[in-house]
Amino acid sequence: MSYFSDIYRGIKTLLTGMSVTGKYFLTSRKGAITQQYPDNRETLKMFDRFRGEVIMPHNEDNEHRCTGCQKCEIACPNGTIEIIWDRGINENTGKKKKKIDQFVYHLSMCTMCGLCIDVCPTDAIKWGQNFENSVYDRTALTRVLNEPGSELQAGVED
Amino acid sequence: MNSALSITKNIHDWLFSIMPEAAASIAEMVLIALVYDAIKLLSKELTGTTRADKFLYNLAPYFVIISSLMALSVFPFTKEFQAFDINIGLFFLIAVSSIGVIGILLGGWSSNNKFAMIGAMRSGVQTISYELSIGLSLLTMVLLTGSLQLSEIVEVQKSGWLIVQGHIPAIIAFMIYMIAGTAETNRAPFDMVEAESELGAGFHTEYSGMKFAYFFLAEFINMFIIAAIATTVFFGAWLSPFGITESIPMLGVFWFLLKALILVFLMMWFRWTFPRLRIDQLLTLEWKYLLPLNLANIVIMALLVWLNLTISF
Amino acid sequence: METVTVNSNFKSEEYFINMGPQHPATHGVLRLLLTIDGEIIKKVEPDLGYIHRSIEKMCERDSYQQIVHLTDRMDYLSANINNEAVCLTVENALQLEIPERVKVIRTIIGELTRISSHCLWWGVMGMDVGALTTYFYGFRDRELLNDIFEETCGARLTMNYNVPGGLMFDIHPNFVKRVKEFITHFKTKLPEYDRLLTNNIIFQKRAIGVGVLSKEDAISYGASGPVGRASGYSCDVRKHHPYSALDKVTFNEALRTEGDTYARYLVRIQEMWESMSIVEQLIDNIPEGEHRVTTNAVIKLPKGEYYQKVETARGELGVYIISTGTKSPYRLKFRSPGFSNLSLLNHIAVGGKIGDLVATMATLDLVIPDIDR
Repeated sequence: MSYFSDIYRGIKTLLTGMSVTGKYFLTSRKGAITQQYPDNRETLKMFDRFRGEVIMPHNEDNEHRCTGCQKCEIACPNGTIEIIWDRGINENTGKKKKKIDQFVYHLSMCTMCGLCIDVCPTDAIKWGQNFENSVYDRTALTRVLNEPGSELQAGVED
Repeated sequence: MNSALSITKNIHDWLFSIMPEAAASIAEMVLIALVYDAIKLLSKELTGTTRADKFLYNLAPYFVIISSLMALSVFPFTKEFQAFDINIGLFFLIAVSSIGVIGILLGGWSSNNKFAMIGAMRSGVQTISYELSIGLSLLTMVLLTGSLQLSEIVEVQKSGWLIVQGHIPAIIAFMIYMIAGTAETNRAPFDMVEAESELGAGFHTEYSGMKFAYFFLAEFINMFIIAAIATTVFFGAWLSPFGITESIPMLGVFWFLLKALILVFLMMWFRWTFPRLRIDQLLTLEWKYLLPLNLANIVIMALLVWLNLTISF
Repeated sequence: METVTVNSNFKSEEYFINMGPQHPATHGVLRLLLTIDGEIIKKVEPDLGYIHRSIEKMCERDSYQQIVHLTDRMDYLSANINNEAVCLTVENALQLEIPERVKVIRTIIGELTRISSHCLWWGVMGMDVGALTTYFYGFRDRELLNDIFEETCGARLTMNYNVPGGLMFDIHPNFVKRVKEFITHFKTKLPEYDRLLTNNIIFQKRAIGVGVLSKEDAISYGASGPVGRASGYSCDVRKHHPYSALDKVTFNEALRTEGDTYARYLVRIQEMWESMSIVEQLIDNIPEGEHRVTTNAVIKLPKGEYYQKVETARGELGVYIISTGTKSPYRLKFRSPGFSNLSLLNHIAVGGKIGDLVATMATLDLVIPDIDR
């Protein structure tokens, strides 16, 4: 007798399974979470904490907030950040002071761990939302984050 | 930038330039993807293992594709639109569709790959077993029609499709036929032969390009063939339901394809829902369940015909 | 049985087959050397090392803050629990007083990670036994969790949300709302998993009685997590050595006694329910307070040896640190759950068919980077 009950149970469970997938086949668009990338490039908005790449915001006077303290360079586990610094003379006080020449960021080595941004005392660097980082040449992933001719924003160091 | 890189970039740019228009509608995308797929398969390099049996290795895909194309020749799409109307039509179909397994066995054996060989051996076991169920379930229906000629079978169904005429045994026969048919085409849940999570790609592991495409096409043609046989034998081939379009004979093609494609959809539904059986369970299903049921079913059907209990309008 | 003398030409011969490192069922780059007789498995020899990145050695040069992000790359499906393990070890060594808020948030995210890992496992399990749709359903539900993680800590997989001393930043204002939404959503979806796969006759035939592991063997092979619990070995670290906020919640340890593939499957399904109940108990009363205790910029552990174990989605993860008082550990050893669980594969898969091996391996839920490190 178990022979026939097996057949019955088998057919029943198979039909239950088919009803689940059949239901989704008919209502596939409802509750779909698929992002139609790249069609939705214009409307796609990443979460505000999204870790895309490290950026250095500049204000309208082309000033950044990086003092060149190199804490981020020390905190980085992969050697992603390289700060080339120089001692410049402050025009107002005439004192020699450390300032960044180039803030080099190797995106190709970055693991997006966020330790550099965590340790930065002046909030000079933060996460950018851009995630489309594919390039044809690896060297394009090495970036200088401070813009040419940019200066340290006044009042950051105090 | 070196030249190889610039070529890649150019192809990339070209694809991007045509893609936005294609992306306008998903349907268009799918069609273009199909064309791309065909071009890709046609233009791909034909690779193979060095120690393969070259002659058999090259022969195998043709066995598979030719046997499935041959089977297409006997289907009655309408009353007139039928290439061959031979008096052993159904027998011919079963015979031809089982040639394909030789191609699979050859392909798996000759490509000198153990995964391919396991797949091929499984295919042999599976197809030989399920041939039996297909044949017997169709035989059950032949008891009703009294003829193997496909046009005769359709003619009988003018007084009701066979699945209605034969009611309970016919429905059982149809279920057995669909299970065995799915197994015959090596589709999930009976895709032992390819079993991508076990054997990688099974018997066609070592095939590429158009030779692989032949196997691939044959699988889908076989699926259509199984559905078309079911349409012819159970659902009245080109006959419209309740004879609503009897005055326009050309619409028979539409009805035939509609019925066949619904059955194809059913097989695809099986595929995306069910887990795969294990090889010994596959044989248990055939020899312990389908075959005894089938034999009992034939007896019931014979009684039904003898006692004249069939339904006909 | 009487012996039948056969012609030597027709004797069956064992042959050798190389499953992996590029194989769909090995979930990464695991290589299995199989000795097979026909379809019957005679011997399984795992061959490791294809994704060895010497994480333990790298830890010896890194500072304690930097070690945390490396653990994301071990068992990437329970990244947050791995982070937590290292942070707990360091915090215990420094004897830091961790705010209640941090503990609760860590537990919530840990349990969500477990659900997310099991969702993926469920999808892949279905895929391994041949059902294609499970993969999409599993990923659909996991996607919602990944969105929550992304909103909270900016990354979907390698989260690196914990730092020694607390959390890198506070939870996102939407966090509580979204987690509640997810719980309501998932409570309707989990029964669907049962209807689609658990009760399916083909799946049951494939799973019941396959790859049986006895309780004694589970203990002697060092099995942990769902693999151990399916054999009746009560080994839930959350229950026996509660860490973070797990001592404040009540939950049942998912235990079964059959020890076969189906039992391991059911244990994981039950764990998803239990994790949801843990999250539900905590989500409404996250205590106010600091999200982080300030530590020294350079953390130096006192000289000594420290050990902390946590329950990841795969089992017991142990972190063993030997410190000589410098800024990086002298030696750091991870006791990864996957390694012990893989070691019993040969024991339970021999005698089965190739299909059984695949189903068994799927329920061991191997993550190869966790095994190789």
